[in-house]
Amino acid sequence: MGKLGTITRRTFLISAVAITGGVVFGYWKYKQPHGNPLLKDIDEGAGALTPYVLIDQNGISIVAPRAEMGQGIHTTLAAMVAEELDVTLEQVNVLHGPASKAYFNAVFMEDGLPFASLDESGLAEGARSFTEIPAKLIGMQLTGGSTSTYDHYDKMRTAGAAARESLLQAAANKTGIDVGSLSTSNGKVITPEGKELTYNELASAAAEIEPSAEPALKPRSEWKLLGKSQDRVDIIPKSTGTAEFGVDIDLPNMLYATVKVNPNLLNPMNSFDASKAESMRGVKKIIEIENGIAVVATNSWYAFQAIKAIECDWVPANYPVSTDGLRQLVVDSFEGWSNSKNRNDGDVDDALENGEVISGEYEVPFLAHATMEPMNATAWLHDGQLDIWAGNQIPTQVVIDAKKITGLSEENINVKTPLMGGGFGRRAEIDFVKQAVQIAKEMEGVPVKMTWTREEDTTHDYYRPLAMARFEAVMGETAPTAIDLKLAASGVFGAQFGRWGYPLAGPDNSIVQAAWDQPYGVENYRVTGYKAETIFPVMFWRSVGASQNAFFHESMIDELAHAKGLDPLQMRLDMMTDEPSKKVLEKVRDMSNWNQSLPEGHARGVGFCLSFGVPTAQVIEIAEQSGKIKIVNAYIVADVGIALDPRNIEAQLTGGMLFGLTAAIMGEITITDGKVDQTNFHNYNSIRMNQSPNFEVAILENGSKIKGVGEPGTPPAAPALSNAIFALTGKRIRKLPLNKEVDFA
Amino acid sequence: MKLSVNGTIHEVDVDPNMPLLWVLRDELNIHGPKFGCGIAMCGACTVHLDGNPIRSCSFPVSAVKGEITTIEGVGTPDAMSIVQQAWVDHQVAQCGYCQSGQIMSATALLEKNPSPTDDEIDAAMSGNLCRCGTYPRIRSAIKSASASLQAPAIKATEINLNSTQDDTTKAPVAEEA
Repeated sequence: MGKLGTITRRTFLISAVAITGGVVFGYWKYKQPHGNPLLKDIDEGAGALTPYVLIDQNGISIVAPRAEMGQGIHTTLAAMVAEELDVTLEQVNVLHGPASKAYFNAVFMEDGLPFASLDESGLAEGARSFTEIPAKLIGMQLTGGSTSTYDHYDKMRTAGAAARESLLQAAANKTGIDVGSLSTSNGKVITPEGKELTYNELASAAAEIEPSAEPALKPRSEWKLLGKSQDRVDIIPKSTGTAEFGVDIDLPNMLYATVKVNPNLLNPMNSFDASKAESMRGVKKIIEIENGIAVVATNSWYAFQAIKAIECDWVPANYPVSTDGLRQLVVDSFEGWSNSKNRNDGDVDDALENGEVISGEYEVPFLAHATMEPMNATAWLHDGQLDIWAGNQIPTQVVIDAKKITGLSEENINVKTPLMGGGFGRRAEIDFVKQAVQIAKEMEGVPVKMTWTREEDTTHDYYRPLAMARFEAVMGETAPTAIDLKLAASGVFGAQFGRWGYPLAGPDNSIVQAAWDQPYGVENYRVTGYKAETIFPVMFWRSVGASQNAFFHESMIDELAHAKGLDPLQMRLDMMTDEPSKKVLEKVRDMSNWNQSLPEGHARGVGFCLSFGVPTAQVIEIAEQSGKIKIVNAYIVADVGIALDPRNIEAQLTGGMLFGLTAAIMGEITITDGKVDQTNFHNYNSIRMNQSPNFEVAILENGSKIKGVGEPGTPPAAPALSNAIFALTGKRIRKLPLNKEVDFA
Repeated sequence: MKLSVNGTIHEVDVDPNMPLLWVLRDELNIHGPKFGCGIAMCGACTVHLDGNPIRSCSFPVSAVKGEITTIEGVGTPDAMSIVQQAWVDHQVAQCGYCQSGQIMSATALLEKNPSPTDDEIDAAMSGNLCRCGTYPRIRSAIKSASASLQAPAIKATEINLNSTQDDTTKAPVAEEA
């Protein structure tokens, strides 16, 4: 079985004794690289080439430096290295590794560019490659935007291949046999006579050999691991209760904490009265933190009880204090300057003036992430060092913020990133880690694990923004001849990058994401973004702008088809300008038997969205049961370019769709008196087993680039369901959640 | 007070109102049961009390009269139970946070009803939330585990759901044809 572990100082010290420092291999030749973080804690003289492969007496470790929050990324990234290194996944230890700029996300800025993902013109590709330079300078180790697979596809295969070449050369030097006559198999170099040398015994010598910067990579036909479904490296721990999440960190003499901060979000606290709490059982310390308080106790539950007993005087909200007031900011933004106009084909105004206009207005609410594992972090300030354990999507930012809070230098801040009980974007904001560091600073010498209550988690999220769309369109005989789509929302890219300290210049493409760049050909086609004042906390939520825009765009397309009595799936096919997207739609049509009639009381709906470079089509079949809607079957087809792990991709697509269906059916965050109304799963619920349909999934590989699938399964779910409801009932629902309009079984 | 967990008796000194979950997690360092909601709405904290699934986040420790079994008592990485093995075979887990609770609910279901219908699976499992959306595979895994229990050569009642490790000591009895 694959093993999971975390890099600790002790691991390196042990390895340093055993094999001269352990050996770190691979490819890291991108101009002047950031330092190799794996060298920080091992002896000098170790052959330090790159940060992805470490061989010591415990075996071979692969660093998969992205947040494992359920998407299976540790397995897929490890398989990239293992494939080229010629080891099995069972032979390797997979680690998240330390926080380091060396693990920067080179591609996350691409989605901010005004080039559609399908645009492979020289200008678009040039602009994309240019974003790697600022990305590298910032050095942001960020998990998000479905970027991990394609960001690492070359890097990590190359790391494995370079390490293998060095090991082969070391074996050649040792045996005197020409390197071309040696082969490798399952972690060993094999001589023509069949003598085996393990990678471990070759590691020290191999470290002295300068690795090739551009080693030959295996052709796909020779892949043993990639392209085939792998057992997840974390599957046994996660099936036996032994996987260690952030919330499970246990340290000697550790204390437990919780926090309560101003429910008028991001506003300060005037004062607090902890006189009752101070004498409560188990309470050790009450600490004022940014915008609120923390209680440190001998048990999390004692901390939960005590914090309820503390009375706080909060500064009122500095934003409109109701859902209606915040909604008005979005409405008002339509009257202001446009923020982007990435698509403006033909002459839309003229076409609308001279045609029969169909129009509509759509809206979606704020949403919380509601990860199963509430936000938590453990921090321990001792001996001039700060150790942090936190499930997070951006460990380099944890270092930056911890440095600001403690005044320590970066080399004395050690961030460990354990497994995460869900992320969905939430853990890219590290407010909760900063709280744990503030607590640690007041509790020097004592490790403290800080855990939020579910109530704190639901009411102190950074939310998917409330968003609106207005469209006007003109239909031709078989397809629209004009579409004018106006989209308004707060800007989540700007909001989140601003919190990280990088103010965003120019348009906020989250507002129009997956609406302006859809592969539909319409003669007169305009998509305009309007940025609402962004003062209520918003951020990335699985699929970001696509989460609302697919609902807007695909409901609109459906309306237009029905206005002319056209088959909505066939009309989409007629409009498609991209071959892989067309094949995705054709496949879902065939899988769902779209053209065959259904029994009375059943209906189908289709949704399509190209998001994060992955064209994804979904068909939902619903049935009426005693006046309620039951989702019976769901069909998903997606094109990922190259499918590295089909079974895991299937899991991401079905899980992503269920995430989207939960939001579509019941997801809604509202605000009263400045505070979020929903508090826990009783009033912010999710789809459960009894509402989960049967799934059929197909994965296609016609796209020209490898792409990631953490997010693309989510956007088409809402329009597919809403369009099915229209097909069944004739009711066009233009505002989510759907359970305000129809009952679900 | 005394608490018997996975066959071991522990002496704990806590507020009698403390939910069992926090005794397990913060006093006994048994981390398989997870904190999700604190109000018995998500099932991540599910453990067995004398074989019955309970939500330990909302169950005062002083009300515990009987043997507690957590996921750690069901099987271990080297000796997984039939249900855990089915979870591995179907690669159910994504983030995995809810899966301890899911497995405890499924195990309790199959102990009482080795061949549940879809509706019975829904009824037994609807208290367990999964935000990753692993429900299709949970359903498949429960059916696989159920099929293992129904295997013709094995009498279901003789199978120890709590650990395959014990198979050597409790050899399955061949069913009479």
